[in-house]
Amino acid sequence: MSLKVIQPGLSTSIQDLGRPGYFHLGIPIGGAMDRFAMRVANMLVGNPEGAAGLEVVFMGPELLFESDALVAVTGATLPAKVDGVVQDGWTAFAVKAGQTLSFDFLKSGARAYIAISGGIDTPTALGSRSTYPIGALGGIEGRNIGAGDVIPLGEADMIEPGLNVPAELRRLPGTPAELRVLPGLYWHRLTPAAQQGFFDDDWTVALEADRMGYRFKGGEPLEFVDREQPFGAGADPSNIVDGCYSYGSIQVPGGLEPIVLHRDAVSGGGYFTLGAIISADMDLIGQLQPHTPVKFRKVDMNEAIEARAERKKMLAAVRAHLG
Amino acid sequence: MKTRYTYGGDEHIYVEIDDEMSLDAFFKSLSMSNAVRDANIKGVTEICPANASFQVRFDPDVIAPDEMMKKVQELEHKAGDAEKRLKTRIIEIPVYYQDPWTHETLMRFRERHQDPSGTDLDYAARINGFDSVDGFIEAHHSQPWFVSMVGFVAGLPFLYQLVEREKQLQVPKYLRPRTDTPKLTVGYGGCFSCVYSVRGAGGYQMFGVTPMPIFDPEQKQSYLKDFMVFFKPGDIVKWKPIDRAEYDRILAEVEADTYVPRIAEVDFDLEAFNADMPGTNAKLMEALNVA
Repeated sequence: MSLKVIQPGLSTSIQDLGRPGYFHLGIPIGGAMDRFAMRVANMLVGNPEGAAGLEVVFMGPELLFESDALVAVTGATLPAKVDGVVQDGWTAFAVKAGQTLSFDFLKSGARAYIAISGGIDTPTALGSRSTYPIGALGGIEGRNIGAGDVIPLGEADMIEPGLNVPAELRRLPGTPAELRVLPGLYWHRLTPAAQQGFFDDDWTVALEADRMGYRFKGGEPLEFVDREQPFGAGADPSNIVDGCYSYGSIQVPGGLEPIVLHRDAVSGGGYFTLGAIISADMDLIGQLQPHTPVKFRKVDMNEAIEARAERKKMLAAVRAHLG
Repeated sequence: MKTRYTYGGDEHIYVEIDDEMSLDAFFKSLSMSNAVRDANIKGVTEICPANASFQVRFDPDVIAPDEMMKKVQELEHKAGDAEKRLKTRIIEIPVYYQDPWTHETLMRFRERHQDPSGTDLDYAARINGFDSVDGFIEAHHSQPWFVSMVGFVAGLPFLYQLVEREKQLQVPKYLRPRTDTPKLTVGYGGCFSCVYSVRGAGGYQMFGVTPMPIFDPEQKQSYLKDFMVFFKPGDIVKWKPIDRAEYDRILAEVEADTYVPRIAEVDFDLEAFNADMPGTNAKLMEALNVA
């Protein structure tokens, strides 16, 4: 029960729902950037929602199946092909032993999720199979997949192909993408004009956009409230005494380019953060390509909690639909 | 000290004990985060203590954010009454200052530095008023350091020097962070020293390198058998300057998985330290010599 990597794609990693519990030591939660897509892919092939699959960035891998399996691809629109025959996205399809799974060009989004019946069965590290390359944890030898790797699969209860998630239960960012922000953390370090400017400005996703963080450019430099820097912080007005970073928090080194910290984020550091992306919009960030226009929208805690409930309702609807 | 409470999105509560660094702020942050852990509040998923602040991650589906906030705030008085005393350990960490590898790296990133004409150590010595790099290096390793936070990347310790504030060394971070730092670089930013546990990006000034691994997912070193991360907040570190020959000798032991760092159990009492810093430090370092 395994598959062989013919060609790994641009940056394909084994991910599940991550390893909570070690952030206080600098080891991030990790796991799928778009958790909704990962969960749905697993549901389609009859896996537990937290089973390990592949996270594909921009360009798909080529995989040779050494055993029969059920496969589903969700998230970004990256058409899958079995021995060259295109398959529907967000739909379970069969791949027989000896067949090759490959991909066409990316149509929209940034990250696709491949779930395989039985799930990927690599060893766990601190309770998760998620790849964290900096700490050499999870995945295969702590790294992304490479040509020639043999990926072990778990035992699967074979279910029929054909399960499908309708378009209204899928989620991709619009244009411009809207990311909702709850101001807080070191928000008070910004002048009122800079606070307003952050939400008024038009931003685009920069090239530095990966599992650790997404950088944004195009807005005006942020102005800080004057103060004498506190002891131990460092001289720049954007410096603080090194503290914890929240997932989704927005740091702005030098007040220049905001960076949203994501699943493989550093756990702390010495740059001020102005608030955080609400939990309901974290999945969306992983689907943003470089140069995508983005607006940040200010929300309050009530809106953040309502949006979170809506996301849960959407996931419940998928579960109900798939029975 | 003025405690400030705020939210980090809808899943985190961030508590800044003080906006400036001090051991008093550290101890209050540590005891408060311990109090949150001991309270076993339903919905808490992670507690991350830092230098002068801490963060609580929670599941807003289990507990409403304002209720969570109230529960954390209610624990502040408990932390205030806690004793500022720790049973901990002092560890001797060998450092090869002015090594060839950090030198190569700092030359490669010179255009991101405040002073491209010299090295990070030249710059740090000058802005701290030292006549020579040697004098600055001496100040860096002559007194012990206190691990006030673990994080950034896997197992990286932030260290705060156990001296009077007027003797604290301070250096800014790089103007723009580097994209590369050699593994086990001894760095410096703000008032904190650090050891980069893994190779990667970094903004701290680079002073040297240690041969002693402090993070190992394979847990091959004897002192990493219990857990892959070596440091804990509250640990005390004494840097020991070494030359190339000793660096190579220790590295050979590390590669043979036989290296044993010098470690001694000690008590650290903040009030005793504040009353007599040189005396407290001498006693801490003496424990290392006995071990």
